[in-house]
Amino acid sequence: MNFDTSMPIYLQIIHLLKKKLIKGEIEPGSKMPSTRNLAHHYTINPNTAGRIYKEMEREGLCFTKRGLGTFATDSKDKIEAIKQEIAAELIHNFTLGMNELGYSKSDMITIIKESEEL
Amino acid sequence: MQLLETNHLTKGFLSKKAVNGITLQIEKGKVYGLLGPNGSGKTTLMKMVAGLLHPSSGDIQIDGKPIGAETKKITAYMSTENFIYGYMSIKTVGKFFKDFYEDFRPQEFEKLIDYMELEMNMKVASLSTGMASKLKIAATLSRNSKLFMLDEPLNGIDLVAREKILNAIVEKANWDNTIIISSHLVDQMEKILDDVIFIKDGEVVLKGSAEVVREQRGKSIVDLYKEVYTSC
Repeated sequence: MNFDTSMPIYLQIIHLLKKKLIKGEIEPGSKMPSTRNLAHHYTINPNTAGRIYKEMEREGLCFTKRGLGTFATDSKDKIEAIKQEIAAELIHNFTLGMNELGYSKSDMITIIKESEEL
Repeated sequence: MQLLETNHLTKGFLSKKAVNGITLQIEKGKVYGLLGPNGSGKTTLMKMVAGLLHPSSGDIQIDGKPIGAETKKITAYMSTENFIYGYMSIKTVGKFFKDFYEDFRPQEFEKLIDYMELEMNMKVASLSTGMASKLKIAATLSRNSKLFMLDEPLNGIDLVAREKILNAIVEKANWDNTIIISSHLVDQMEKILDDVIFIKDGEVVLKGSAEVVREQRGKSIVDLYKEVYTSC
């Protein structure tokens, strides 16, 4: 995987894992790879991999069972919440960019409705 | 926990000081990047820690002991030179290392050779530059040392194989050992580093956690590297 080197690597992987949770590629409540496997999978430092789980745990996205490893959250509400969070971020960036180009809110809505990509 | 400590370490070659008063504390359980352009003193520093060069002044301690037979036992150093005899087969290299180093693990060597897509019956002299580099890395990482020093491990390695080498290094890293990697290929390297040490003209110019450096300066290690070294 190629990283954007100006952004902390752990945040980039957390973002990726969040998307996987939302898309169901990581099943709710399922066991996550060990930090060692995570490090190997993305070719990152093992300490960074540890930090990823610590941070995700703090956000309530996963939890540790002593002696068993790390598990993804099984809360559908939590997953829905991060989905909305990421969507809000995308919309924010989109409107910011469109505002710069001089589009008003109603212009944007028209463009989206007419867009062939949808 | 500290593993390696250098104190005002200096090495001069005639009038030039290759290493000029380096004081460093290197901790256990971390991967360090020793970064700097050619001729900045990376190799000289590593060679002194490996006990291959004698410092002009200052001292070095590994695991609380001065450089000597005891520290060499726990230190695995991979130099940039091709230090493996050409007449040997890869299999013989394994045996040679086993005789030489108490902490050499033949099974790990076999696995790594397989992982690097080399074969036991290949002759060292017949290997391409990249294959020879892979062999050096496999042999070095098959030891169970406390301190690994890899001098330019990505030299002569193609883009695809670089990821493999980095992965082999990540696999080797644990709470109990320390890995120091010198490189000028900073962009490839930075994702596996805990800490970075920038050296320039034989002196440490910047040192710290890679993540903290990124956050504080708001730029990547690569950009910072360019900033530090193009201004001179």
